[in-house]
Amino acid sequence: MRSPKSEIRNPKKARNPKGKMWIPHVSNLPVWISFGFRISCFGFLCWTAFSTSSASATEVAPPTNLVVKDRPNDAANGLIVTWSLSPDDQPERAIQCEIFRQVDGGEWSSIAKVSAKNETFEDTNCEPGKKYRYRVVALGPEGATSPLAETAEPFQPIMQWVDTRRLWFGAIVAFVCGSVIVCTELAKRGASIYVRPIAALTALDEAVGRATEMGRPMLFVPGIMDLDQIETVAGLTVLSKVAKTAAEYDAALEVPTSRSLVMTAAQESCEAACLEAGRPESFNPDRIYYVTDEQFGYVAYVCGWMTREKPAACFFLGKFFAESLLLAETGNGVGAIQIAGTAEASQLPFFVAACDYTLLGEELFAASAYLSREPQQLGTLKGQDAGKVLATVLLLGGCLLATWTVFQPQGVAAEAYHYFREVILNKGGA
Amino acid sequence: MKRTIPAVIAGVSGTVMIIAFFIPPAQKWQQTAEIWFTILAAIAFLIGGTNLCLHHLKKVAHQQAGWGFSAVTLVAFLVTVFVGMTKWGVPAAEKFPDYAWSGNYLEEGGGLWWLYEYIMSPIIATMFSLLAFYVASAAFRAFRAKNVEAMLLLVTAFIVLLGRTYAGTVLTSWVPESMSALTFPGMTGVIMAVFTTAGQRAIMLGIALGIAAISLRIILGLDRSYLGSDKD
Repeated sequence: MRSPKSEIRNPKKARNPKGKMWIPHVSNLPVWISFGFRISCFGFLCWTAFSTSSASATEVAPPTNLVVKDRPNDAANGLIVTWSLSPDDQPERAIQCEIFRQVDGGEWSSIAKVSAKNETFEDTNCEPGKKYRYRVVALGPEGATSPLAETAEPFQPIMQWVDTRRLWFGAIVAFVCGSVIVCTELAKRGASIYVRPIAALTALDEAVGRATEMGRPMLFVPGIMDLDQIETVAGLTVLSKVAKTAAEYDAALEVPTSRSLVMTAAQESCEAACLEAGRPESFNPDRIYYVTDEQFGYVAYVCGWMTREKPAACFFLGKFFAESLLLAETGNGVGAIQIAGTAEASQLPFFVAACDYTLLGEELFAASAYLSREPQQLGTLKGQDAGKVLATVLLLGGCLLATWTVFQPQGVAAEAYHYFREVILNKGGA
Repeated sequence: MKRTIPAVIAGVSGTVMIIAFFIPPAQKWQQTAEIWFTILAAIAFLIGGTNLCLHHLKKVAHQQAGWGFSAVTLVAFLVTVFVGMTKWGVPAAEKFPDYAWSGNYLEEGGGLWWLYEYIMSPIIATMFSLLAFYVASAAFRAFRAKNVEAMLLLVTAFIVLLGRTYAGTVLTSWVPESMSALTFPGMTGVIMAVFTTAGQRAIMLGIALGIAAISLRIILGLDRSYLGSDKD
C-alpha cells in the first residue's frame, strides 16, 4: 500500500492516469485561473534563469593562461598549476579560485579553493603514471562564478632521480663522510691519533667511585625523547660505560625512562655491560623502568626520587628541553656530583650553571669513541676536524664575499655571493 | 647474533634515510622505515604500560619506601585507562547520534577531557612554574664574582637583564639618539645578535659534524656500544 506522500515525492508517480503532469489543487480550479497560474510560473522561471546566467556571465571574469607544469625535484607526486588572475580580482572585491581535477579521464572533482591574489596551486597528491587535467573557476562574492578555464592536454608528473637543490649539500656530506672514513682507515693502519682530554668523560669513573664510597645510588637520565633522536642513542652509549663501571664497583644505578622503547634499549645495554664486566648478577631490571611520556610528569617523578633517595651521582645525557634546569637544580640541591650533556644549544647554559661537568654539543657524540679508546673510533673524531676546516673556509669565504658585495653591489662578487648564499647554503637543507 | 642483527637493521635504516634525502624515488622506503618505527614504538608502549604496572605493584606489594606514591600512580593509571577506553561521559557524535560510543574520546565535556583539563593541566602548569625559582637560584650561583670570567658573565647578565626590562630603557633615556647603541636595550641587542649568536653557531657547527660522525659510526657498525657492547 502506497502513501500519498510517496507519490508526490516521486515525479514519475506524480502524474494523472492519462500521463500528464498533475499539479495539486490547481487542476480543480477554473480553467482561466489555472492557465494564468501556469503562465505566471513560466514567466518567473524564465526571469530567474536569465538573471542568474547573466549575473555569472558578467559579474566575474575567468582566470586566463592556465598552465600546468611538473613540480621539480620530486618523485612524480606533484604538479604546479598557475594562471593569470581574473581581471575582477581587485583589492575591493575578494575573488576566490576553485580548482577542479580530473584523473585519467575520470570524474572532475574539486580539490582546493585558493584565496584572492593567488596565481599558483601546488597539487601534492598526484601519483606517478597517472594523467591529470585541471579547471579553475573564479568565485565572486554572493556565489557568482566565472566560466571555466581548462587545460587543453592532460599532464603526467615526471619522476626526478636526483634532488638537484641538494647537490651542494650532498658534496659537503660526501667530503665530511669521506674524511671520516679515510681517518678511520689511517687509524686502523696504526697512525697515531691525539684526542684532547674531555673532563666530563674523565670524571665518569670519579662519579661512580664517589657513589660507591658513599653507598648511595646513581641516577642516569637518557633524555626525554625516543630512540629516533641521535642524542638519545649517544646517551645510551655513555650509559653502557657507566653501567659497566657500576657493575665493577657494585654500585646501584637507577635509570627511569620517558619512552618505553628507550627503556627496552637501556635494559639491553645495561645487561650486556654487566656481562662484559663479568658481573651478570649485578644487572637488576627493576632499576630500569618506564615512568611516563609526559614531560613534566616525568620531571616530577625524577625530582621526587632524587629528593627521597639522595643519589651520589647524577648523569643527564640525551635530549632535554625545559626540564633540564629542574632536574639539574634538584640534583645540585641534594649534593650529587653531576655530569650532563646535550646537543640542545638553548639548554646548555642551564647545565653549565647547575652541573659539575657538561659535555657541550659535539662532545656528547664523541663520548662513545673517546671512552672506547679504539683507534678506528677515534679516527672518526679526527675526520670531524676536516669538516671543521671546510666550515672555516666557507665562513671566511662567505665573509669576504659579503664584505666585497657591500662595496661593489653589482658585478662578479655580488653574483658569487648570491650563488653562495642562495644555492650553496640556503637551499642545502631545504 | 644478538648484536649483529640490530646493528645491520640500524645500518640499513640509516643508509635508506640518507639516500631518500637526495633521491626522491627512495622517499617511499624512508616512509616505510618510519612506519616500522611507529609500529615498534606502539608495541613498546604496551611493554612500557606493563612495566609501569609491574614496577609499582611490586613496590606496593613489598611496601618499599614510597609505596604510597606507587599506589596513587597505579590508581591514577587505571582510572585514566578506564575512562579513556569506555569514553566515559563522551557525547555521541553529531553524525551518529544513535551510537553512544561514536564521539571522539577527547570531546569537550567527556571524562578524559575533564581529567586532562582539571587535573593534568594544572599539575603541568605547577611544575613548569617552578622553573622561575630554579632559574633564580641557578643565576645566583652562576653570577658570583669569583674570578675575571665570572665578573664578565655577571656584567653581561646585568646588561641583558636590564636591557630586557622597562627600567633599562628609563635609566638610559638621557643618552642621545646618535649614541643609542650605548643604551641598555642597544647593548642588549648587540650582545644577543653578535656575541650570543656567534657562540651558538659555533656550537651548532660542532653538533652537526658530531651527528654526522656518530651516524656514520653507527651505519658502518663501528660503534655498537648503544647495544651494550662493541663485541659480538
